Amino acid sequence: MQPLVKITALTKQFGHLTAVDHLSFSVEPASVYGFLGQNGAGKSTTIRMLTGLIMPSSGEIEIFGLSLAKHKKEILKQIGAVIEKPDVYQYLSAYDNLQLFARLSGIRPTRVSLMDQLAQVGLADRAKDKVAGFSQGMKQRLGIAIALVHQPQLIILDEPTNGLDPQGIADIRHLIIHLRTELKKTVIVSSHLLSEIEQVATQLLIIHKGKKVKEGNASELFDPAQTVVQLSTEQNETAWAVLQASSWQPYLQRITPEGIILKVDRRQIPALHQSLVHLQIPLISLQPRHSLEDYFLQVTTPGYVDTLSN
Amino acid sequence: MWTLFQIEVYKIFRRPRTYIAFAAITGLIGIIQFGLKLDGAQYVEFMMRDITSSITIEGNILNGYQVCYIVLQVLLVHVPLLIALVAADMISGEANMGTLRLLLTKPISRDAFLVAKFMATMVYTLLLLIWLAILALFLNMLIFGTDDLFLLKSSYVVLLRENDIFWRYCGAFAFAALAMSTVAALGFLLSLFANNSIGPIVATMSIIVFLTILSTLNIPLFSYVKPYLFTTHMIGWKEFFDIKVNASNEALSGTIQHPMRIVQSALVLLAHIVLFLLISIWVFRKKDILS
Repeated sequence: MQPLVKITALTKQFGHLTAVDHLSFSVEPASVYGFLGQNGAGKSTTIRMLTGLIMPSSGEIEIFGLSLAKHKKEILKQIGAVIEKPDVYQYLSAYDNLQLFARLSGIRPTRVSLMDQLAQVGLADRAKDKVAGFSQGMKQRLGIAIALVHQPQLIILDEPTNGLDPQGIADIRHLIIHLRTELKKTVIVSSHLLSEIEQVATQLLIIHKGKKVKEGNASELFDPAQTVVQLSTEQNETAWAVLQASSWQPYLQRITPEGIILKVDRRQIPALHQSLVHLQIPLISLQPRHSLEDYFLQVTTPGYVDTLSN
Repeated sequence: MWTLFQIEVYKIFRRPRTYIAFAAITGLIGIIQFGLKLDGAQYVEFMMRDITSSITIEGNILNGYQVCYIVLQVLLVHVPLLIALVAADMISGEANMGTLRLLLTKPISRDAFLVAKFMATMVYTLLLLIWLAILALFLNMLIFGTDDLFLLKSSYVVLLRENDIFWRYCGAFAFAALAMSTVAALGFLLSLFANNSIGPIVATMSIIVFLTILSTLNIPLFSYVKPYLFTTHMIGWKEFFDIKVNASNEALSGTIQHPMRIVQSALVLLAHIVLFLLISIWVFRKKDILS
């Protein structure tokens, strides 16, 4: 299958600073491509190059099989983007903003379709209110309505959960899943909330200092067999002895003042929980510790040592 | 392009800031009209104090045409600031609001976007001048009536007959529109280099003040550059109120003493507008949107 987005040796230099350094990756159609990196890693610069906001110093960007440098207008017709904050015109209403950006996207929507779009992001009852009075979450939802108003094939969301409350974050997560599974759209999403990316992304790219560190799907990047689990009981010493005598003995790592450390396959965690109940070990907490976040820190932080897994 | 232009004009006139200039002009002209209506006689007496001993003037000296000339002399120096308020905010304001990055992710060419914004800026400038004309010329004609226009120049006086004035004002306002468009083009260009509008507004005014001082300084060293400074030509509208005279020193109705000066000044201003626009397009094509 031909990739929807193909990036080859993309480089951007600001003076002496190389923000993006020979970055190459590709995005499959109808996938959610998670873009991970610490602040300043080059995520936003890359996304801005994808949307034509920043000119690459070198390298190639192909979207829908066309070169962005040569076919920018045709490509942007099929892209909806929210770059960083969803800033819109504060002195206009939500409806006026949506209508204005719809026209700029090359469509002339009816009032009904615009209201329908606003209803989908829960802003129909605030359609005539000026955006100046909106909360960050409402602005984010309006930004997404603007990104989707022209039914693009590729949606680019740069840090879409920034500044949102837990409900807003969950809404964005559901929206991304809906876009991929129901509407068969392709989504590129960057975030520093790794747990969010982990839940929605089908492919992941980790960059650090402008360079690709890892690329693949979540299960490839994060070996489920390497999950480190910490369990805390009322009597850790007794629990340790009971587990030593059980079928979980091969998985035991060590005992610490905080609890017992095991290295298991993530899929074994429910069985572990059942065994603990069966062995009558009074459990206080059971926490999988080897998350994508640990992995991310491992691959991007020089000298990082995962103390739990050692 | 037409859609972009419509959207830009729509945005300009939905912003509260746009109306500051219209309100300021209305207020300033209102104050001048109020003052001259109440105390105009004394003002005329003061204006004519040096020549009343040698000539006698009859009729309504403080008529609408005279008041309009006074208003233009006072206001056209300050209108650039009002123009800069909007022109220097055109790109920097979008960058400051964060809307520039959203706009440029839409399928529009940067050149078309910039030209549409530039044209919208020119529309704003033109409408501001039209508003100035309505208040300064038409309203004053209604309030103060019409008569001959008597102008005191540095070494001579000009008397324009009532039926020979209106077309001169049309020309003067058209020329002023060109001069203000040059200011708008400069502000527009400077707005590309900042992410908030304060810097470009201050820079626009600073450049105009600096160049105006150079234009008015009578130092031989600067005389070589003066003809190329747009500020030298911005007062070209006054040429419309100089009339040709014959050998008997009689004014020739319907004439301008130095029409080529007007053409020359208009061409210099036009060249500056085109130059500022071309530089803007060139800069914007290569600009990375980091706001």
